[in-house]
Amino acid sequence: MPKHSAIQSVLIIGSGPIVIGQACEFDYSGSQAARSLREEGIEVILINSNPATIMTDPVTADHVYLMPLEKTSIIHILEQHNIDAVLPTMGGQTALNLAMKCHKAGIWEKYGVEMIGVDVDAIETTEDREQFRLKMLEINANVCQGETATSFLRGKEIAQEIGFPLVIRPSYTLGGTGGGFVHTPEEFNEALTRGLKASPIHEVLIEKSILGWKEYELELLRDNVGNVIIICSIENFDPMGIHTGDSITVAPAMTLSDKVYQHMRNLAIKVMNGIGQFAGGCNIQFSVNPENDEIIVIEVNPRVSRSSALASKATGYPIAKIAAKLAIGYNLDELPNQITKTTSAYFEPALDYVIVKIPRWNFDKFKGSNNQLGLQMKSVGEVMGIGRNFQEALQKACQSLEIKRNGLGADGRELTNQQEVLDSLANPSGNRLFHIYDAFKMGIPFKTIQKLTKIDKWFLHQIDDLVILEKEIQKYPLAELPKALLMEAKQKGYADRQIAHLLRCLESEVYKRRQELGIARVYKMVDTCAAEFEAQTPYYYSTFEEAPLTEKGEVLLNNESIVSEKKKIIVLGSGPNRIGQGIEFDYSCVHGILAAKECGYETIMINCNPETVSTDFDIADKLYFEPVFWEHIYDIIQHEQPEGVIVQLGGQTALKLAEKLNRYGIPILGTAYEALDLAEDRGKFSNLLKKLRIPYPKFGVIEDAEQAVELAKNLDFPLLVRPSYVLGGQSMKIVINEQELEQHVVDILNQIPDNQILLDHFLEGAVEAEADAICDGEDVYIIGVMEHIEPAGIHSGDSNAMLPPFSLSPMLVETIELYTKKIALALKTEGLINIQFAIKNDQVYVIEANPRASRTVPFICKAYQEPYVNYAVKIMLKENKLKDFTFAPRKKGYAIKLPVFSFDKFPNVNKELGPEMKSTGEAIYFVENLQDELFQKLYDERNWYLSR
Amino acid sequence: MFIDSFFYVSLKYFSIFAAHSTLIAVKYTQYQEAVLLLEDGTVFKGSAIGKIGTTTGEICFNTGMTGYQEIYTDPSYYGQILVNTNTHIGNYGTIPEDNESSGVKISGMVCNYFSTIYSRNIAESSLQAYLEKHRVVCISNIDTRQLVKHIRHKGAMNAIISSENTDLKTLKAQLSEVPSMKGLELSSKVSTQEAYLVGNEQAPIRIAVLDLGVKQNILNNFSQREAVAKVFPAKASFAEMQAWQPHGYFISNGPGDPAAIPYAVETVKQILATNQPLFGICLGHQILALASDVGTFKMHHGHRGLNHPVKNLITGRSEITSQNHGFGVNKEDIEQNENIEVTHVNLNDQSIEGIRRKDKKAFSVQYHPEASPGPHDANYLFDEFMALIKG
Repeated sequence: MPKHSAIQSVLIIGSGPIVIGQACEFDYSGSQAARSLREEGIEVILINSNPATIMTDPVTADHVYLMPLEKTSIIHILEQHNIDAVLPTMGGQTALNLAMKCHKAGIWEKYGVEMIGVDVDAIETTEDREQFRLKMLEINANVCQGETATSFLRGKEIAQEIGFPLVIRPSYTLGGTGGGFVHTPEEFNEALTRGLKASPIHEVLIEKSILGWKEYELELLRDNVGNVIIICSIENFDPMGIHTGDSITVAPAMTLSDKVYQHMRNLAIKVMNGIGQFAGGCNIQFSVNPENDEIIVIEVNPRVSRSSALASKATGYPIAKIAAKLAIGYNLDELPNQITKTTSAYFEPALDYVIVKIPRWNFDKFKGSNNQLGLQMKSVGEVMGIGRNFQEALQKACQSLEIKRNGLGADGRELTNQQEVLDSLANPSGNRLFHIYDAFKMGIPFKTIQKLTKIDKWFLHQIDDLVILEKEIQKYPLAELPKALLMEAKQKGYADRQIAHLLRCLESEVYKRRQELGIARVYKMVDTCAAEFEAQTPYYYSTFEEAPLTEKGEVLLNNESIVSEKKKIIVLGSGPNRIGQGIEFDYSCVHGILAAKECGYETIMINCNPETVSTDFDIADKLYFEPVFWEHIYDIIQHEQPEGVIVQLGGQTALKLAEKLNRYGIPILGTAYEALDLAEDRGKFSNLLKKLRIPYPKFGVIEDAEQAVELAKNLDFPLLVRPSYVLGGQSMKIVINEQELEQHVVDILNQIPDNQILLDHFLEGAVEAEADAICDGEDVYIIGVMEHIEPAGIHSGDSNAMLPPFSLSPMLVETIELYTKKIALALKTEGLINIQFAIKNDQVYVIEANPRASRTVPFICKAYQEPYVNYAVKIMLKENKLKDFTFAPRKKGYAIKLPVFSFDKFPNVNKELGPEMKSTGEAIYFVENLQDELFQKLYDERNWYLSR
Repeated sequence: MFIDSFFYVSLKYFSIFAAHSTLIAVKYTQYQEAVLLLEDGTVFKGSAIGKIGTTTGEICFNTGMTGYQEIYTDPSYYGQILVNTNTHIGNYGTIPEDNESSGVKISGMVCNYFSTIYSRNIAESSLQAYLEKHRVVCISNIDTRQLVKHIRHKGAMNAIISSENTDLKTLKAQLSEVPSMKGLELSSKVSTQEAYLVGNEQAPIRIAVLDLGVKQNILNNFSQREAVAKVFPAKASFAEMQAWQPHGYFISNGPGDPAAIPYAVETVKQILATNQPLFGICLGHQILALASDVGTFKMHHGHRGLNHPVKNLITGRSEITSQNHGFGVNKEDIEQNENIEVTHVNLNDQSIEGIRRKDKKAFSVQYHPEASPGPHDANYLFDEFMALIKG
């Protein structure tokens, strides 16, 4: 059936603030769905309370409502617009839950709104553990032995029947909240109570444990006539027992024979058809018994999920885009393949490469948290590596993580304590992958490693193989290293730095040797069809391949990324999401790309985060899905020869590459490297402030605890102690006496040896504020000043903040603006700058300056409805001056930025807030005036933060 | 000469041929070099896999991500060098049940990353041991994506793989002696020599199978539907088949040029004359077309993969199909033929995927409803054949 003509306006529900288990993958799906519907001439109305998203941007939808995801907001929107249908499958569990609430309250019915892309019965079946189990049995699909309990007593009875170990899975929760394995009867009572509590309907499923079975996921799309296709098969490197969001995953499936895969495919289609008749995406998790290939169904998500975002990026098939089209009535066989444009969208992608996804954890932010992985998701982001083989993809994913590793091993950071390694293998935490490598290197037998990890031997062999290759490489000095061996190392994903580490030489020497031998990266395309058809989409990854030769011995070109004649720029992305650097930087990157396109540049995006909009193949003119890691970036720059690189938009990840870009003579667009460095260097920056006669808190730099105590005498307590060059206030602490100071300095030096430590006098009780501005080197425009509701002491990312200030006098605000202008000009800023202030006794102090797009920029853009990033990028490109723009911010009432935390994932963690950022997301809330109840409440409780 | 360096690959595990394979760690070793030379002179250097030796054939590629063993043993690939686009090959070993015929039918194999170790508890041997046992010369460490693009642009052509001789001149001379696939009759080479029965002899339905290179899973599909199949040699006469008193006739898949087997076309014409139920797959589909005065042609580079979209024009539903063919049936001839109805079309290139004789009980499809490897979406066609037989 072609498009449903009765649908002319659609409401898309977003997923709200980012929390663990529901992250920016839904910005990707919401944005794609909105674009897809607008392509069809449909009016798109969007609701989401998350201001850091691209989906809530005017470029995405016709009407955007930045409102709390509540029934009242929905009613408000339905009163304003004549909406034909609601698409609730793009905003994760949050959107589905809200849609269901509205459904039960009869709201959709009352306003004549049709729910599309979803089936109410299907949601109920898949979310209610017991219904799901019965449904699977009805359609003859194997499930794990188990039963649901709605009471403590019943739970105990079931446990007795099943025996230990078992699994508790609460119904209707997100990212496995409250679930877990129970190995002994002693742990059971507490686990059962927690599970029942976590479930909003007080229900848990108690299941037999199938720890160690192989785990798979299939991503499906189904249309109205019942055509079903499998977009991607994903195999978990980590076997059953670890939440799929916390598992390393691989696509396509590596160890499935055709018979087993087809059996799984048949089951998937049967399950999807069995749970309901809806048009859209669906994710099904399976488990396979390695002993006999028996398959059981674990879970079904009848919506676009985190895995669909990954599958989209892994295959090039835009799942959300197509799912949106299916929801409005199209059939799969009526739509074209979005990548080839000539073949059908009804097909199953064929991959001729491998992708590896590795989660990114932030356990360091949750002191006292249990960092063991289990059924409850704990990671805050993820990276994806694409390679021509598993090893290359794995190394690239490790290089993308930004955890100070150069890849998997060969970087001098290996663990060498055998007992620690063995413990880590048996009790998986975030770095088990690295410890598997360490175990092989240490000579721990293959069988022992397999027994402890239960990871499939094919995967383990791949890692073992790397260790053996390294030993071979180490037999030669660089000059004598055979070409084929160096080529093999590069094909297996080794960075020059890793090879340099193995050969005890410099990275640049390895690079030079590679150049001499003609071992260069080639770029291959992600095209959905393994090169069977011509593809139109410039989505690339790098690899190393021997080029074929002609009859005459000439080398044939095997690089698919053809460099155009156009003037071009590169935008560096922000890598994996983590606390302190999340979706807000992707927002800026996407706007940077769009602005540069408007200026006539060919735009090139480099990023490795599969959850983002910036890595959608139709955002930039060219997408390199590569680690934001020097070697990869440098090779792309060498290949593309851009006019310059934009580092201001991708957060600290991109910014910290500025130094090297500068050293290699690569133009940085916008603010020069010297200014970026000046702002980062506390000493130089203070000298600048002194020169500008701008006050700043007394501070000093020390290298050990003794110096710290000496310095403290001059600075006076309380002191703010932190290592220099860190993100999101990592290891930042306020100390009130010498003893605390000593302790914290020693702690920091243990964690990050050889680092300088900054001591600042802490302005107790001060009010904090921050300003964002655009500067073109001559003029400065303040885009917004925000005042924190809580007093100084809480990281700016964790405090509630108001735009514009609510308590500062006009004179103080003017001072803030004046200082901002002075600093921006002094730094010769071209582009964006963010400056943090503390105000005490009517004195304004500057705390720090970040000459880049900040976390608050998207918030201000949304609140004032102005495209500031667009303007800033045009200034960086020297296309425009500030005076070319007419600023007309919509200033009405106040906008409050509300941080959102994911503490529920870490039950034992102290929820105290401090100078180290802990929030995972944020919401925007508009208030008319200061009498607003929510504001009043926040204001009254502003001093409570210590016990939040 | 052009090969100036060794190819290092870690071959440090090999499996012992036994019910319970054991892993033995061996130190870093290197593969022997090998070369792939195409008819147009293009050379790819790689590593020797399978048997050490030299082999020739028409080069073709399959984009399937699973089912290498089924593909290698599919008789339709007889005489061809197969390129796997899936980047890892050999990961799950081999198992006798996954054979689609008595042995490996491809003449050579090309892949990128080859796994000598495998992971599947019920598997019986590594792919390396299996290929050696079946004496297949293969090459790995090839930029298969570049090779596929080359074939896509230049079309199907002959090729030679050698791991015993890397002198291009000699190889070129050897390659020039390989005949073109066009006009090649290969069915009789892969067909059974003697007729044989598959399934329960007492079964209520008897299907006569004309074996032009039949896949095992087609026969399994008949057995699963309580039918007994008698598999006849390619050149069996209609009279021989009719003497068995079958309820229906099946014309199988197979290798080579359909236009080169007039004997099978003749047999099909005779079957059609009796108006008994007839079903054809792949080559069988092309034979039905030829027997209905529709021509066939050699495609630029064929359809080979497990993800080909086909629309059933009768039901309006679509199916993902397993395909393997280098020849097709003429669309124009069919459009002008009033006795033929098009039942299935390919959604990628609108080519003919299925036809039905309006005046007879005969139908056929270009793709493989028996799958193996590939999706089972089109399995219903076997039910339709049974329904046709049962009337």
